[in-house]
Amino acid sequence: MADLAPTPNRRDWFAILLLLALLAVVPPIAEAVGQPFAIKVASRVVVFAIAAVGLNLVLGFGGMVSLLHAGLFGVGGYVIGILAWHDFNGEALQLGPFAYAGTGNLLISLPLAVLVSAAAAVLMGMVSLRTNGAYFIMITLAFNQMLYYLGVALQKYGGEDGLQILGDLSIAGLDPSKRLVYFYVSLAALAVVMVLVQRLVGSRFGMVLRASAQNERRVKALGIPPTRYRLTAFALSGGIAGLAGALMASGQQFISPADMSWVRSGDLVVMCVLGGLTTVWGPVLGAALFLLLELGLSSLTNAWQLPFGLIVIGMAVWLHDGLIGAIRRWVQS
Amino acid sequence: MSLPLFLEQTLNGVQLGVMLFLMSAGLTLVFGIMNLINLAHGALYMLGAFIAATVAEKSDSFLLGALVAVLATAAIGALLEVALLRRFYHRSHLDQVLVTFGLILVFNQVTQLIWGAVPMRFNLPDSVAGSIELFPGLNYPVFRLVILGVGLVVGLLLYVMIMRTRIGMWVRAGASNRAMASAIGVNVEMVFIGVFAAGAALAGLAGLMAGPILAVQVGMGEPVLILALVVTVIGGIGSINGALVAAIMIGLIDTFGRVLLSPALGSMVIFLAMAVILAWKPKGLFPVHG
Repeated sequence: MADLAPTPNRRDWFAILLLLALLAVVPPIAEAVGQPFAIKVASRVVVFAIAAVGLNLVLGFGGMVSLLHAGLFGVGGYVIGILAWHDFNGEALQLGPFAYAGTGNLLISLPLAVLVSAAAAVLMGMVSLRTNGAYFIMITLAFNQMLYYLGVALQKYGGEDGLQILGDLSIAGLDPSKRLVYFYVSLAALAVVMVLVQRLVGSRFGMVLRASAQNERRVKALGIPPTRYRLTAFALSGGIAGLAGALMASGQQFISPADMSWVRSGDLVVMCVLGGLTTVWGPVLGAALFLLLELGLSSLTNAWQLPFGLIVIGMAVWLHDGLIGAIRRWVQS
Repeated sequence: MSLPLFLEQTLNGVQLGVMLFLMSAGLTLVFGIMNLINLAHGALYMLGAFIAATVAEKSDSFLLGALVAVLATAAIGALLEVALLRRFYHRSHLDQVLVTFGLILVFNQVTQLIWGAVPMRFNLPDSVAGSIELFPGLNYPVFRLVILGVGLVVGLLLYVMIMRTRIGMWVRAGASNRAMASAIGVNVEMVFIGVFAAGAALAGLAGLMAGPILAVQVGMGEPVLILALVVTVIGGIGSINGALVAAIMIGLIDTFGRVLLSPALGSMVIFLAMAVILAWKPKGLFPVHG
């Protein structure tokens, strides 16, 4: 990593509050100008922002280029989908000697989704983190494909076609298929995640994580085992990605292996880089820019991946510090 | 599993392994020597298939199609190296992932603009279209035998070239110590372009041979790319021996996994095998660096 992520300061808290406030006023404005479609777009931005903030904990602060996060995102989504499937079909979910009737109550299934995806992150992190650099990237990419094929192999839950959630979902008595409920629940989740990650990277834990990204040998010389910190960060980051996937599955009432394809993992990395890796809030900006760019370009041309790919290449060639860095340099000059 | 079926699947597995070796040879050399992760390697595989199919259709000659495709992918590879990717040898892996990810998007979209979204037909010449009886009860497609033969010959040539010739020595020297190789007078820049072009041509060759068996379509390179990455990682990044062993191993595991389990579960087995091998040997079976 070229530049070490700095310790978060007061300005970062201000940026986080500003972004949350800006997102919060989207629905009333969208309703006022008669563009309810904008709420849907904003919900998508919020959900992917959660995943990107989670990824950036390991990518930006931990220096680990993970291409596994779409897979973990999907794991979260499948937990919601599978629990709702069992609830709807009245068939208990058998896990060895245990049976669970399933549920459509998100207050139960969202935390479970976070736990399961964090557990998956720990399992795969234990293998991936034995290596570093290029090996780490390729192994996380391979694990992402493993999760993808696991989704395809779940014939009972729709296999390759994906899993439609037919039963009713609820969160504290509210219906998440309602546009506004879904948006504000997701926004609340984003707020919690950003505050948590911001507190974390400023803590002693975060300092060790950031230091291991910059100079692992020195951290070891201080008697601190970096792998343990990395694995913890990886688990947390995976849990956050799972939360995002779970929210997306509850919002669109659908999850499929396509949501776990490794290209999605690449998209998440692009979001983080686009917004800048050195802050907690940068990826939120990156997610918004990415999805709006995708929407804008695809409304102009069917071949939108061409300009988009060129933008990504240009970014890799010229912008080391993302959009935020470019703006900062422009302001300073 | 009956004996003919077992033999057939073994042949299929080795044939897939040989193709994976052609793919991962370029990947592992480019990484070993230039320290570059090239996710766009699968795009060259795709281009090889499309170019060969088009030229073969227009000229009515499969061999001409194959020749043009190999030369064209080599040229595209060299061009990529000179115009873009050589700036990334000293950049972070993250930048390399980004630029090659962007390249995948561009290549896929351009291919779709030129050839359309519908899978393209790639007909075989009559001479290799049929099948022959290898053993009583085992009819095997001739073209698959051709793939097996070509793959083995090319693999062997590559091996001999890298292990037994002066050019190969430069390549290996570059892989184990770039600065030292440069200091003792190896023209590292030319070696880099050559390795990149050769890797691209091998990917193109693998693609054009897979074309008539699988569908020639946009995005066909990515599944193979990921298998080739798995091969590279298991074999030890930068190791040609490792790539050969791992490629045959993955080819067999994948083929038998799909037959014995379901296709999707069979695909998972490869990644589990990778996890087990890396938990045991984190640097792969034949580590090159340290």
